[in-house]
Amino acid sequence: MTDTVANAIATPDHEQPYAALGLKADEYASIREILGRRPTSGELAMYSVMWSEHCSYKSSKIYLRQFGQKVSPKMREKLMVGIGENAGVVDIGEGWAVTFKVESHNHPSFIEPFQGAATGVGGIVRDIISMGARPVAVMDQLRFGRIDHPDTARVVHGVVSGISFYGNCLGLPNIGGETYFDACYQDNPLVNALAVGVLRHEDLHLANARGVGNRVVLFGARTGGDGIGGASILASDTFAEGGPTKRPAVQVGDPFAEKVLIECCLELFAGDLVEGIQDLGAAGISCATSELASNGDGGMFIELDKVLLRDPTLTAEEILMSESQERMMAIVQPEKLEAFLAVTAKWDVETSVLGEVTDTGRLVIHWHGEEIVDVEPRTVAIDGPVYERPVAYPAWLDALQADSASALPRSNDVDVLRTQFLQLLGSPNLAAKSWITDQYDRYVGGNTALSLPDDGGMVRVDESSGLGFALAADANGRYAQLDPYQGARLALAEAYRNVAVTGAVPAAVSDCLNFGSPENPEVMWQFSRAVEGLSDGCLELEIPVTGGNVSFYNQTGDVPIHPTPVVAVLGVIDDVARRVPSGWQDEGNNIYLLGTTSEEFDGSAWAGTIHGHLGGLPPAVDLAQEKRLAALLAAGAGQSLIASAHDLSDGGLAHALAESVLRFGVGARVWLGDILHRDGVDVATALFSESTGRVIVSVPREDDVKFQGLCEGRGYPVLRIGVTDKLSPALEIQDVFTIGIDELRGTHSATLPDHFS
Amino acid sequence: MPTIIVDVMPKAELLDPAGKAVAGALDRLGDSTFSAVRIGKRFELTVDGEADDAAVAAARELAESLLSNSVIEDVVSVRVAGE
Repeated sequence: MTDTVANAIATPDHEQPYAALGLKADEYASIREILGRRPTSGELAMYSVMWSEHCSYKSSKIYLRQFGQKVSPKMREKLMVGIGENAGVVDIGEGWAVTFKVESHNHPSFIEPFQGAATGVGGIVRDIISMGARPVAVMDQLRFGRIDHPDTARVVHGVVSGISFYGNCLGLPNIGGETYFDACYQDNPLVNALAVGVLRHEDLHLANARGVGNRVVLFGARTGGDGIGGASILASDTFAEGGPTKRPAVQVGDPFAEKVLIECCLELFAGDLVEGIQDLGAAGISCATSELASNGDGGMFIELDKVLLRDPTLTAEEILMSESQERMMAIVQPEKLEAFLAVTAKWDVETSVLGEVTDTGRLVIHWHGEEIVDVEPRTVAIDGPVYERPVAYPAWLDALQADSASALPRSNDVDVLRTQFLQLLGSPNLAAKSWITDQYDRYVGGNTALSLPDDGGMVRVDESSGLGFALAADANGRYAQLDPYQGARLALAEAYRNVAVTGAVPAAVSDCLNFGSPENPEVMWQFSRAVEGLSDGCLELEIPVTGGNVSFYNQTGDVPIHPTPVVAVLGVIDDVARRVPSGWQDEGNNIYLLGTTSEEFDGSAWAGTIHGHLGGLPPAVDLAQEKRLAALLAAGAGQSLIASAHDLSDGGLAHALAESVLRFGVGARVWLGDILHRDGVDVATALFSESTGRVIVSVPREDDVKFQGLCEGRGYPVLRIGVTDKLSPALEIQDVFTIGIDELRGTHSATLPDHFS
Repeated sequence: MPTIIVDVMPKAELLDPAGKAVAGALDRLGDSTFSAVRIGKRFELTVDGEADDAAVAAARELAESLLSNSVIEDVVSVRVAGE
């Protein structure tokens, strides 16, 4: 029997399964208080999914406010749409704008790696479409368990094929990303998906339902029983072992349907047929109706039985909660409805008119003529519960931080250095990721200017002017475990630097904050510190956070993952023809090291790979210096003085040199003497330390004087440390070792195929 | 030699994109006899010996563990061919 509003009033004591839907007793009580009665089963379904951690940000909200508070006027200048919409939008000039966002699809990707990762791509792409933009690229930040664990290959194969399947079918280049392996992600891999789109300023669309009488239209795939409760149950709870079996709340994606949906939406936008639009992701129709109504005139009337179903036996509650993929909801003026339906018919996209915008301030939903929902939409979508969860300084942190890597044995014997260098080069986290990225289409569309293995991806936006953007996303969970505040700033600094080395000017940030359970006070402390670090850092660099995502409950049993704040930085470049590649191509270019090196091994790849060690304090990060470095690189790229630039991060100078050789197969002679002398460090430190603010650049001889003048003028420390050598196929580090390119390549590229092919 | 047939179908509540594509094609061809199509998999396992209860049980075990993905698919039948 249908649980109508009248029925709910008549049967106030009817027991409801709120706990099974993931609601706490006090949350259920406050729903009753808001409504002044018990909720109907439909209302309960809506509140339960919308008040879930995944949709409501109830544990993170009080911290995320900092991103909106710590802003300078300069940060607002280019920001067309900020946090709160489906994705942030940044003005990149010439009438163009870019929208980008990164989101997690961690939990579904452990249960069903292929479909979980595929629908992660699909979901973030729909966020981009709903801003009025054409999606132009994707990238993914992946974390898996130990590379040699028996379950890792299952997850890696599924996730990588899921991403390549969905992205390749859509015809979107995958321009970057990162992959790490660590035991802490064994039963909880991280699959973060980023998408980016471009639009003309006038094409901007927002998710709001304005204009009384405007029609509410659902279009795209039919609604089925997939993914019911995905957000409320799967993404908002831990995988408790031995607990009750969770229903498999996965969805199956159809990229070809999504491709049609993209083109259909763009034609609708071009014809000015849409007033407001929202994609259907987590919490499906519950989310789309309540958010559109809250952001608009506040009222909406929906006839739920008009929803086109794949499975006619679905109940009203299931329809409200379904997370079927490839669906969109639009607000359409009645006089434009016919033209709207003509476009969706042309693209063979099934469409149904569900209702209209009202001025009642209520979201009212009928099911076969009976009223099953009557709520104030804000109470569902915006004014959900907000928790100030207990925070506690981790009991183990002082001991961890006291256990510095400086106590580890560090040899300067040349044979040992050679062995350690190769060990690092072939280690799972530093090894070539081409086994993964070769499965992705990187150049489809013909606008990719840079992609992996370059430090950042770059895409041309305007064919005539060459205007483009660069993107990089980074996180180092090991650093963040040692100090979440610095860890977040280090992730920001690295992504910022990775954009700067391409020649682009960093302009905006999106983030995906992956943490353990918010109900664990130590995790909540880590989260609060990371958000504080990231928001402080963005203010210091003066680039705004445009939006992002929080993923909690990433843990199995009692062990949380390392805090993993993935930070994506977007930069703008006036002409992609002036991009700077990451590797050497020419003979006889001088190699310069920008920045200084100190003894910073805590949390480093060297400590982890060679000694299995994690302890101490992560490298110091000076964002004012990073800003000067980025400005220097932009100036150098703008004057075409720089032939290549490569950021120094995991694995330090040694690894950056190896990657610069391997990018195009050009060798080099390098000397460390000047570094040792100036910075007062030993050879091992010069090679493997992970001090920040460092980049190696190669400069053609004829530009040498100008380049040195540029560095001097800007007061940035610089040393000439070598020269490229096209004739000798080797990396020679004088007085330390010489390793042929074949051996470098063999070591670097064998690791992933050895485990997964 | 006897053969055991295993049928695997996508779970009823999940989307079957391939089936949907065929249904769409039927529609475009003007055929209105069928309203829905779902596509599954059929495995034919040849038994080296007799297709007895033990062999069927082994096939069922294989169907659940290797031939199907229990998260998104159901094993709908395991039977000896011709029976």
